[in-house]
Amino acid sequence: MAKVLVVTSGKGGVGKTTSTAALGAALAQNGERVVVVDFDVGLRNLDLVMGAERRVVFDLINVVQGVAKLSQALIRDKRLENLWLLPASQTRDKDALTDDGVRRIIADLRTKFDWVICDSPAGIERGATLAMRYADEAVIVTNPEVSSVRDSDRIIGMLDSKTARAERGERVTKHVLITRYDSARAMRGEMLGIDDILDILATPLLGIIPESQDVLRASNIGSPVTLNNAASAPARAYFDAARRLNGEDVAMTVPVERRGFMNRLLGRRAA
Amino acid sequence: MSATAEPQRQLLRFRGRSFVAFVFSPVVPIMGWLEELDATLARSPGFFAGRPVVLDLSALELSQSAIAHLIASLQERSIRVLGIEGVDEAQLGSGMPPVLTGGRQCSVEDARPKTKAPSGSLLLETPVRSGQSIVFTEGDVTVLGSVGSGAEIVAGGSIHVYGTLRGRAMAGVNGNSSARIYCQKIEAELLAIDGYYQTADEIDGRLRNKPAQAWLDGNIMRITPLN
Repeated sequence: MAKVLVVTSGKGGVGKTTSTAALGAALAQNGERVVVVDFDVGLRNLDLVMGAERRVVFDLINVVQGVAKLSQALIRDKRLENLWLLPASQTRDKDALTDDGVRRIIADLRTKFDWVICDSPAGIERGATLAMRYADEAVIVTNPEVSSVRDSDRIIGMLDSKTARAERGERVTKHVLITRYDSARAMRGEMLGIDDILDILATPLLGIIPESQDVLRASNIGSPVTLNNAASAPARAYFDAARRLNGEDVAMTVPVERRGFMNRLLGRRAA
Repeated sequence: MSATAEPQRQLLRFRGRSFVAFVFSPVVPIMGWLEELDATLARSPGFFAGRPVVLDLSALELSQSAIAHLIASLQERSIRVLGIEGVDEAQLGSGMPPVLTGGRQCSVEDARPKTKAPSGSLLLETPVRSGQSIVFTEGDVTVLGSVGSGAEIVAGGSIHVYGTLRGRAMAGVNGNSSARIYCQKIEAELLAIDGYYQTADEIDGRLRNKPAQAWLDGNIMRITPLN
């Protein structure tokens, strides 16, 4: 039973692409067949985060328009053989996506994979609505700040009204993923707390990803954080989230950086 | 006018269109049925005036003269028959309305005068999300969840929110100054009743996050704690 999962947020820069790559790699490491699909036509990034930017030949738009076959556009990950990428086009814009084309591609991917993870563009326009259109489940990526939370609320409203499932009278299963969480700052009241966010969004929590340098480091070398440094705090949080996506009951904790004694003594190098 | 002056031919256009009509199904005895009709007309005279009526005669076995008599009796009561259903073409005289077939059932709720229509209320069992706008001018709106920041509820009557009200609530929009806004937790961006409004800035900070109601006292909006 293939599941179509959309990773969305409304607001930009909250970590949709990072989370798509990290969750995709985490699910693939559990042996499931996963494809990550970049819907950010014109501003594609997922290929960079996945480290596949030098192997892109055909893309989503080529397949939508029938120029290329799906099998020609899919790129297999070099590290995990059951992880695939369907890149977006960088030279086109979102108007090149059609509802019918997306429906056909998603239906096709459903027959080939266990998980189809759609990386939504920011905003609430065509790209974002088509990315969520045929989803069964949704991960709403939210930062602990008011603007991100309100945008997430807006997106949840759209998931409940604009998706194919909603139009059939069914529900899209929704999960909130809180990223860039800094427990020290939240404790000092400089950030929205987890309870406040969940109170506003009234949606179950999938995981809490701590703010970490590991995420940026992994992105810059083109590797999902769950592959690059599986022992790091954000990677462990993503692994837990992936297990929860699979229906496992995993206790909710905020992973913290493991720092050795010497690290604590010599935390930062002076200039 | 002579036709020779017009060499250009006018194109004939046909269009299909459907209309809603009342269907009368008379029963025997016809006289009794007509009396019943008269009683209805006595209660609401002119109810059928100007409205299209179709006669359904499938329950009756009437001769041509009897059908003519029935149509004439209806005509006396200012009821004009548009067509006849449930009879053979041959049974009808030349001056009679045509046979109609293929009629479909439809609701005539709109055709009835809305004298006893209840004011109604709208119940929302899910949270109202940012960007959603709920407009219900017919009566009250009740929300079991929260109303998100950037969401909007517009009601002809009162607004009841059993979660946190973070968005905008506009009650009594049809000029109903006795409408009120109730919520379990008030964090509203804007409250309005019958056009009088207050923004978040003007709402007493001590009420925040507490159960409250808003109501109009003349042209002053009062926001007071509940219980």
